[in-house]
Amino acid sequence: MNEKTPFIRLAKREDMPKSKVWLIRGGAFVLAILIGCLIFLISDTNPFKAYGTILMGALGKKTGFRQVIKNAVPLLGTALALAPCFRMKYWNIGAEGQITMGAVGASFFALKMYEAMPSPVLLTVMGVTSILFGAFWAIIPALFKSRWGTNETLFTLMMNYIAIGIVGWLQGGPWEGKPGSQIIPLFDEKAVLPKVGGVHIGWIIVLLLTVVMYVYMNYTKHGYEVAVLGESENTAVYAGMNVAKVTIRTAALSGGICGLVGFMLASGTNQTLYSDVAGGAGFTAITVCWLAQLNPFAMIAIAFLLAVLSKGASVLQTSLAIPSSISDILTGIILLCMLGCEFFINYRMIFRGHHEKEAA
Amino acid sequence: MDFNLIGLIKAAVLNGTPLLFGTSGEILTQKSGNMNLGVEGLMYMGGAFGLAAAFIYGNAAGENANGAVAVLLALLAAFAAGVIGSLIFSFLTITLRANQNVTGLALTIFGTGVGQFVGELMRLKVGGNVSISNSLKDAFANPIFSEKIQSIPVVGPVLFSYNFFVYIGFAMAVAMAVILNKTRIGLQLRAVGESPATADAAGINVTRYKYIATVLGGGISAVGGMVYTMTIAGSVWSHNGLSGEGWVAVALVIFCLWKPVNALWGSVLFGALLILYLRLPLAFIPTQIYKVVPYIVTAIVLIMVSMRQRREDQPPAALGLAYFREER
Repeated sequence: MNEKTPFIRLAKREDMPKSKVWLIRGGAFVLAILIGCLIFLISDTNPFKAYGTILMGALGKKTGFRQVIKNAVPLLGTALALAPCFRMKYWNIGAEGQITMGAVGASFFALKMYEAMPSPVLLTVMGVTSILFGAFWAIIPALFKSRWGTNETLFTLMMNYIAIGIVGWLQGGPWEGKPGSQIIPLFDEKAVLPKVGGVHIGWIIVLLLTVVMYVYMNYTKHGYEVAVLGESENTAVYAGMNVAKVTIRTAALSGGICGLVGFMLASGTNQTLYSDVAGGAGFTAITVCWLAQLNPFAMIAIAFLLAVLSKGASVLQTSLAIPSSISDILTGIILLCMLGCEFFINYRMIFRGHHEKEAA
Repeated sequence: MDFNLIGLIKAAVLNGTPLLFGTSGEILTQKSGNMNLGVEGLMYMGGAFGLAAAFIYGNAAGENANGAVAVLLALLAAFAAGVIGSLIFSFLTITLRANQNVTGLALTIFGTGVGQFVGELMRLKVGGNVSISNSLKDAFANPIFSEKIQSIPVVGPVLFSYNFFVYIGFAMAVAMAVILNKTRIGLQLRAVGESPATADAAGINVTRYKYIATVLGGGISAVGGMVYTMTIAGSVWSHNGLSGEGWVAVALVIFCLWKPVNALWGSVLFGALLILYLRLPLAFIPTQIYKVVPYIVTAIVLIMVSMRQRREDQPPAALGLAYFREER
């Protein structure tokens, strides 16, 4: 009988004490840092010095810290945007494209209409347009998903590259600055987001958005519908919810916020538009959102951590001659370790021959 | 207009070959129900490690370097890199049941990081461009058939003018199609991807099939990255050189409707689309629009498939879902 039971069996659990949960997550993070040490050792660098440089480079100086905040804003904003989609189990991995389209919408007014209105009006118009553009880009796959069940993961993925291609075309065509430069000119000052504390105002917007999203997800009817639909589509139907409406509305909300992030990137960070305007934030934010377990406040911490890594690694390149792609490696390792550790939180392993203990 | 059809076909096949590897590997992976979005990362790793292997071997062997050995080493190194990358993915998604989309994206971040890092590190060590000797380069990129066969009109250039990888890529895709559709192993693998619970009840070891398919698939995809670096990029590492290649491969998986046989012509078609703006510039079509055509076409195929609901064209039913036996 004993030989028939597998060596390890698994059972779901939801009862792990909070302290133990955080112990496991902390352990996974430490493990990731240790693996990072190995990578530094392989490339002939003292790991302590390397991590020290990363921390000092990112947090030691005011300019560095501002850059960290600048890097964190799109990650946090996009992760917030994705949270309701993921709660609904709608796999929107098209944030990159929705950000890009939002940036396109904002840039249109920044480039073509900036003379027609005063700065606050212009910025508002840019913001609203970016939301509409981002939402539009997200609605297309959502429509097909709710009408024909088209796989949204793959569709939103394709939409990313179409958006990036559109910007590439604008860059070399209609919006090109100097002929042949393939570069869109810098925005007029009127179209640039004002700074607060040395960083464009976007950081305040995303922090406010964090609170709004927390309330939306946990205390509103919309948030409730999204959660029910995510748990079980059938339940949602029996409860009389309009599944298509909820799907499209949530996708539009998500795309709209991504579009707003695109506006912040184009107007606040770059003051121009180029095809890599999203710069991978749309993809990285997916992992931020997931690791935060869709909790908006946890996203702040994770986005900040990843931003520190990427800024720190760029300092590493200049001071220790280590390629800055090390930040992608470290980010990847941290993400993979954190993803793996959730298993030990959600499942209990039961080893063969431990039945008596269980019963007692 | 100066337009050379045979030249275009040749270039399309050459540019399609890395895609053929990338796509075939991902088809194998997805057939087991695993959606590995880390292909971009795997191809980066394959490209960097393949080049590194050829480079280190070339330096060690010096004058005596043998082309065939270099090709073999690069193949093995790239395959091994892909195996390691997809082993991480498999462990996390199959054993630890992490979300596949998120894990795949994390693997892409990790893999592009590793690839760029290895490439840049080589560049820093050498203090300039990482490049291998011309004779080794030729071993990778030169046609394997003799001049005589190549000079047969039309058939020669279209069929016999390619490097080694084009032919093994072709053979690999055909072999994969046969195994998937004509053998017991293939049938069982497809069963795992369609309905793991049913497969499990029928006595198929779901975990083993998922692991083997994903790991082999990852290795094959990574070889695609190596083929790109060693043939199309001229055996030179350039920053961001491989960027986007893996995503085109993922798009192609959908375009091919998860069938390796379709990948044979699909990769040539996508290869053509990738370079068409160089070969057939039409004044009224901006070059950037050519570059998005593969994605638009793929999106349309995706829509058509979902509208027509033909059962043989659908994605594997359990694609992207973790299998938890105890939950049946």
